[in-house]
Amino acid sequence: MFARLARIWRLGIKELYSLKADPVLAGLILYTFTVAVYTVSAGAKFEVENAAVAVVDEDQSALSRRLRDALMQPFFKEPVPITAREVDAAMDAGRYVFVLSIPPKFEHDVIAGRTPEIQLDIDATAMSQAGNGAAYIQNILVQEVAAALGRGATATPVSVVIRPKFNPNLTSAWFTAVMQVINNVTMLAVILSGAALIREREHGTIEHLLVMPVTPNEIMLAKIWANGLVIVVAATLSLLIVVERLLGVPVQGSVALFVASMLVYQFSVTALGILVATVSTSMAQFGLIVMPILIVMNLLSGSTTPIESMPAWLQNVMQLSPSTHFVALAQAVLYRGAGLSVIWPNLLALAAIGAAFFGLAALRFRKALEGAG
Amino acid sequence: MSPGARGPAIALSGVTHRYGRTLALDGVDLTVPAGCMAGLIGPDGVGKSTLLGLAAGVTRIQSGTVAVLGGDIGDRGWRRQAGGRIAYMPQGLGRNLYPTLSIAENLDFFGRLFGQGATERAERIAELLAATGLSAFAARPAGKLSGGMKQKLGICAALIHDPDLVILDEPTTGIDPLSRCQFWELMVRLRERRPSMSVVVATAYMEEAERFDWLAAMNGGKVLATGSPADIRAQVGEPTLERAFVALLPEAERGQGGPLPDLPPAVHSGEPAIEATGLTRRFGDFVAVDHVNFRIERGEIFGFLGSNGCGKSTTMKMLTGLLPASEGEAKLFGAPLAGGDMATRKRVGYMSQAFSLYGELTVRQNLVLHAQLFEIADVEARVAEMEARFDLAEVADVRPESLPLGIRQRLQLAVAVIHRPEILILDEPTSGVDPVARDGFWRTLIELSRQDGVTIFLSTHFMNEAERCDRISLMHAGRVLAIGTPEALKRERGMDTLEEVFIAVLEEAGKNAGSSGSDEANVELKPRPAALAPVKRFDPGRLWATARREALEIARDPARLAFALIGPILLLFTFGYGISFDVENLPYAALDQDRSAQSRQLLESFEGSRYFETRAPITSSDELDKRLTSGELKLAIEIPPGFGRDLLRERQPEVGVWLDGSMPFRAETTRGYVQGIAQSYLTDAELRATGRASPLAPFTLEPRYRYNPSFKSVNAMVPNVIMLMLVLIPAIMSALGVVKEKETGSISNFQSTPVTKLEFLLGKQVPYVAIAFVSFLSMVVAARLVFEVPVKGSFATLALGSLVYVFATTAFGLLVSSFVKSQVAAIFATAIIAIVPAVNFSGLLTPVSSLSGGARLMGLAFPSAWYQQVSVGAFTKGLGFAQLWQDIAMVFALALVFLAGAMLALRKQGA
Repeated sequence: MFARLARIWRLGIKELYSLKADPVLAGLILYTFTVAVYTVSAGAKFEVENAAVAVVDEDQSALSRRLRDALMQPFFKEPVPITAREVDAAMDAGRYVFVLSIPPKFEHDVIAGRTPEIQLDIDATAMSQAGNGAAYIQNILVQEVAAALGRGATATPVSVVIRPKFNPNLTSAWFTAVMQVINNVTMLAVILSGAALIREREHGTIEHLLVMPVTPNEIMLAKIWANGLVIVVAATLSLLIVVERLLGVPVQGSVALFVASMLVYQFSVTALGILVATVSTSMAQFGLIVMPILIVMNLLSGSTTPIESMPAWLQNVMQLSPSTHFVALAQAVLYRGAGLSVIWPNLLALAAIGAAFFGLAALRFRKALEGAG
Repeated sequence: MSPGARGPAIALSGVTHRYGRTLALDGVDLTVPAGCMAGLIGPDGVGKSTLLGLAAGVTRIQSGTVAVLGGDIGDRGWRRQAGGRIAYMPQGLGRNLYPTLSIAENLDFFGRLFGQGATERAERIAELLAATGLSAFAARPAGKLSGGMKQKLGICAALIHDPDLVILDEPTTGIDPLSRCQFWELMVRLRERRPSMSVVVATAYMEEAERFDWLAAMNGGKVLATGSPADIRAQVGEPTLERAFVALLPEAERGQGGPLPDLPPAVHSGEPAIEATGLTRRFGDFVAVDHVNFRIERGEIFGFLGSNGCGKSTTMKMLTGLLPASEGEAKLFGAPLAGGDMATRKRVGYMSQAFSLYGELTVRQNLVLHAQLFEIADVEARVAEMEARFDLAEVADVRPESLPLGIRQRLQLAVAVIHRPEILILDEPTSGVDPVARDGFWRTLIELSRQDGVTIFLSTHFMNEAERCDRISLMHAGRVLAIGTPEALKRERGMDTLEEVFIAVLEEAGKNAGSSGSDEANVELKPRPAALAPVKRFDPGRLWATARREALEIARDPARLAFALIGPILLLFTFGYGISFDVENLPYAALDQDRSAQSRQLLESFEGSRYFETRAPITSSDELDKRLTSGELKLAIEIPPGFGRDLLRERQPEVGVWLDGSMPFRAETTRGYVQGIAQSYLTDAELRATGRASPLAPFTLEPRYRYNPSFKSVNAMVPNVIMLMLVLIPAIMSALGVVKEKETGSISNFQSTPVTKLEFLLGKQVPYVAIAFVSFLSMVVAARLVFEVPVKGSFATLALGSLVYVFATTAFGLLVSSFVKSQVAAIFATAIIAIVPAVNFSGLLTPVSSLSGGARLMGLAFPSAWYQQVSVGAFTKGLGFAQLWQDIAMVFALALVFLAGAMLALRKQGA
């Protein structure tokens, strides 16, 4: 047993040397955990922020100007005044998500109590902003008009106080940053471990290992721990430096618990990478199989859009993906401060899925070698 | 024709070439005569290949001048012109061939590259195949040919355009004697028919060099001597070229000198070391090893001879346990071989045919790794011992990638014996190794066998090595034909040399059928048309040749094609349903501390909503926290005690609504829903209380959800997913296009033929663009039929935009491919670089108009953001060419930028 561990340890060290010898891979790993995490979180936001708005002001009154000025940063970009004739072309070109059209004599009609109608054109193909942005604009306009008329907010019989827990301002970067780290972990782990195996097969070095007192399981475990370690370390640094420091995202839960869970996650995704490598006969095939798997694992895991919006059958299918469990787990630990008592079913699922991948890969291992040889 | 009658074929002056710190050529001045068979001889790593690469124009000249066929090959214009007159066959068996293409298809490709018409091509191919005896195998894939046949095919490919200069880099290394013999006979015949053709060959086989017209002996990046073989022998007064060469070397490099010791094998009694009975291995229908029997005694050196692909390697792999036998039995030390038998593995050392150690680890790291894996007691001492014994101490910290083959083989042997095995199984350990290094290698083998009593089982193509074995077996087509001591075999057939025995045995077995013989001699190679058309700068024919070849290669891998076409459709389904911004079925629960009619009324308005899904009520604040934390609830409503009473007394009671903010988008949408429900509850409550609706708002806001009135994700997602699929899949396919050729070596065809960078890249792109476009059409159909998302705008514009887009995305793949050195890096880089802008900055998740900073720049520098406008515009917004042409133009511009980048990164010449 000790000898076996020593061999796994040794083979893993070899993996680390291989990785060190390839500056391109090292550079890409660095890029993914720094630039890619930062730009996505800082630049592409889900909340209505910097939404592009245009205003067709046919009234040109104090009230209409007041409404225009009320659409402010950080939710909206400075509204651009356009004419009614430009609306269609501008929306077709996707320049604005919202166009507000204030009719002539708006102020006059409001004061006269004639309830004029403001039209809001929404680009409903911009799914992430259209709905929420429209609700924002509605609220802002109602408040502004009420304030302008000096009525203030009318007292309602019930006051409904909505308090978002865990992320009081609903800043999307808090969400995106951590999810981006997780998506990158998935991507790197699958590609790195799978490609490492295919490379060994193509260079014939795996044959060399197999005539030595080394079993396929040991070879796979070595790849898993070595590649996994590199990624876990990189991801943890990314979480602490890029996410917490640079992006200023407060990580509320236990980072230690998260990192420990990430180790389990690593096992399952690197095992998946190896499994795909044993199924494909060449690097070209590996690339083609891995790409769709990665996109599905990342986009449908709940790290991008809410998982409960998916049809039930798809939610069930996605339970087979380790990323779904890890995303749920990470959200619980890092955002909601949940402990082991909450996340243990996810951990268990990760371990079970990983073990299944590993078992299948072990079954395929020698067969794949014969097929490729 | 006497050598040197006309201008020289190649003339080098003051040529120096370095790879990093290694000096490959050291101020070489050399004139190779034209119209004859000229040879470069010398051990490995003396600069032969570098010199030939420079002459063929595939390697960039670092200093000095190289004139080829009377012009400066360093000049790009001359290189292009001369390229049509030079043929280059790089080192390695079939390295410049396409393994999945048949013989005829390979030749057809080369013919097209040189702009030959269909009839001309057909004639030449028929001629060449007849001349080389390959006609019968025209349909066989190149990858399934034996080594000898591969080299013949290589010669056909080289000669298809009637070159004036043929450059062959070690064409016979690793081929069996019979094929080698046939190869040179073929070359002589071909030269006889075209006496003006110059042939320059590098070889490490001295006996072959004896037949050449002119030789240059090289060592250490310098030329030692030139002249005919007779001249060179006379210069130093040695009877054979092999001895003459050694005499030419500086004292220190001559090896240990003296004949190899010839000791009798130590006689061991007892079980044989290796015993095979009826050993058989099949791959499908093909019988690679057919009921082989032999036994090897302990301490014996047993040689395995046979043509390429005769089953030697397969037999060896079965003996090491790498391959299970289909039938029969192999015994090591008297015990049958079991797959997981670790104890036996420790008693066997194996060296595979190709170099199979870790190129990225240093020599010492490789030794240490193996010592540790074999659990050797004192790793450090043993590694030091091996370094000393195999003369590796000097290169201990060097990576084997940069070492000459001879030293690499020594390292492989050192690794194979590091654990003091009792049996050594060596698969062509000296293939491609020069004579001096081979002698040293054998000294070690004899020492291991005679002193340490190690049983050695090796395969070889060298007859002088076979002579040194205690016993040999001749193998052909999976069967052992003869077995015995070299002397006995010669005696049996009354022949003087093993080579004769070998050829006789194989000929008896019918190896020669249809591959050589008198009919070949009658085939006349027609002279080429008089004037050579100037080589064009851009030739659609060459582009088409590349495209056609790439397409054929894809067609040979149906699994890949299937993934490329079915994958996107499957993903369209998954994402069309899966990526949804429609927030529904939110699990919520209430902590109702009032339980009054009023509180129940409030909660009822939530229950009625299709957005929410009611869960068991909450009983305490603690529980509320816990259930939100666990993620079970996304929303919790807290109604305070006395809510109903306060409401009736108009004290404005406060209702708390807790949202799970861990996913801000969902929380934000939920907030909107809650506000809506609260509003309608209040209106209802007022209506109930006062009997009248609240006063009208001062104005109404009329939202118009344009393009997608039902505001359903699927309408927006389908065009977006098409955008995503048309970047990721085509890019990952084309990303291997160039780098794969770099890895296999066929890139040398690009370097040594007149095909230009643009023709090469565009040619590679064509099939991928076509596949991606088919994939696009299938997705449009699926969108229409399954998701009922029709193209509302101009289909023609969408199709044009998509064509331009896949042109851009495949160009992106090629750009990555041209930069990187390995396929791993290509897959990695493409996936990582493409996914972020395609998913995050394309408009799929966040509208491009609200991206900021680096994200916006990255988005706009990638074609996806522009094409997203086209796809969404044509599908959902009902737009046409007038509105979308600018976006399409931008995609096209980016495609050109990628292509230009790929052209910059792609090198027509190697370093």
